[in-house]
Amino acid sequence: MRESGSILAVVTLRPESVGGAMPSFYARDEAERERLATYLSRILDAMVHDLENGTYILVRH
Amino acid sequence: MTGVAGSPYPSILAGMAVGALTRAYLLRADFRIYPTYPHGWVTHLSLGVVAALLGAVIVPALAAREFTAAAFVALAAQQFREVRAAERDSLAALERIERVARGADYVEGIARVFEARNYLSMLTAAVASGTTHVLGWQVGLAAGIFSLLVAAGFRQGRQVGGIADVRPAKLHFEETLLFVDDIQMMAVGLQESRRYLLRHGQGVILEPRDLDARATLATAGQRQAIAHDAAAAVGLRKDYGTPEFTPLVRVDLDTGRVGLVIVPIHDSISALVEGVRRVPLLESARRRPLGSAGTR
Repeated sequence: MRESGSILAVVTLRPESVGGAMPSFYARDEAERERLATYLSRILDAMVHDLENGTYILVRH
Repeated sequence: MTGVAGSPYPSILAGMAVGALTRAYLLRADFRIYPTYPHGWVTHLSLGVVAALLGAVIVPALAAREFTAAAFVALAAQQFREVRAAERDSLAALERIERVARGADYVEGIARVFEARNYLSMLTAAVASGTTHVLGWQVGLAAGIFSLLVAAGFRQGRQVGGIADVRPAKLHFEETLLFVDDIQMMAVGLQESRRYLLRHGQGVILEPRDLDARATLATAGQRQAIAHDAAAAVGLRKDYGTPEFTPLVRVDLDTGRVGLVIVPIHDSISALVEGVRRVPLLESARRRPLGSAGTR
């Protein structure tokens, strides 16, 4: 059974803006953030959402 | 079992023929490829012939005062309830691995139809054999053809195109939000996925014609069925790891209009629109708020 609606990972340019017990990945620039998020999306079969504050979250729906 | 009206065999044969014809006519595979040809056909055709036999013997059996036989026929008819359970189980097993699930309503609808069609062929067989037995073959022939035509009316159920106008629509993004016309669909974070959706994605808008249609289209079951059949109609560019290419069906809460976005293999908007129009209206998803008390 796949859990749905939960945040599986976070990819961010601003480490100070995220917290909590979830896998967080810090990207140096937008290109790296895009690449990390793509990898994680394909690996986790998860959807990438842009919170528009420098942070992407990966969610499985 | 010699009946009051002579040998029962001509009437039983007539009934079986009409019943089997009914079942054969109702078995129609279209682009949804269900039932699966050829083995699904063999199964359902054989069951249909059994159902036709059961229907065909009932009037001659009663006429011959063979009440045990008649009661046994009624008992045997119960077996067709198994058909629904079997169809439901096999579809539900496939459901877990479908890229776009049919949804519980659709599975239940298909299972119900398969069960009901056996009863239909039983009924037409009973009508044809009964009239042949009691009133002679001329009347039997006419009644058989008539019941076949009535049963044929059940082949085509109501479709989405009957309650809503379906038309192509444009996809666009506002920031990361994907819209079909002005209906918000989903947030897509990856730039590459947004580009891909704009290049290959297609959108459709469904406009319900009245409140009943609006309530029906808003049900999760009907929307899932639309997504499944749309994918069956034009194919799906999607693999594991690309959840953003899952076909989505979303409702505009203010107007009740429904948007669909899909990334098709077959790049034909007319095939998509026609596929959506032909999605069956699911019995269990039908809503009729206009029929409720206090509504004018």
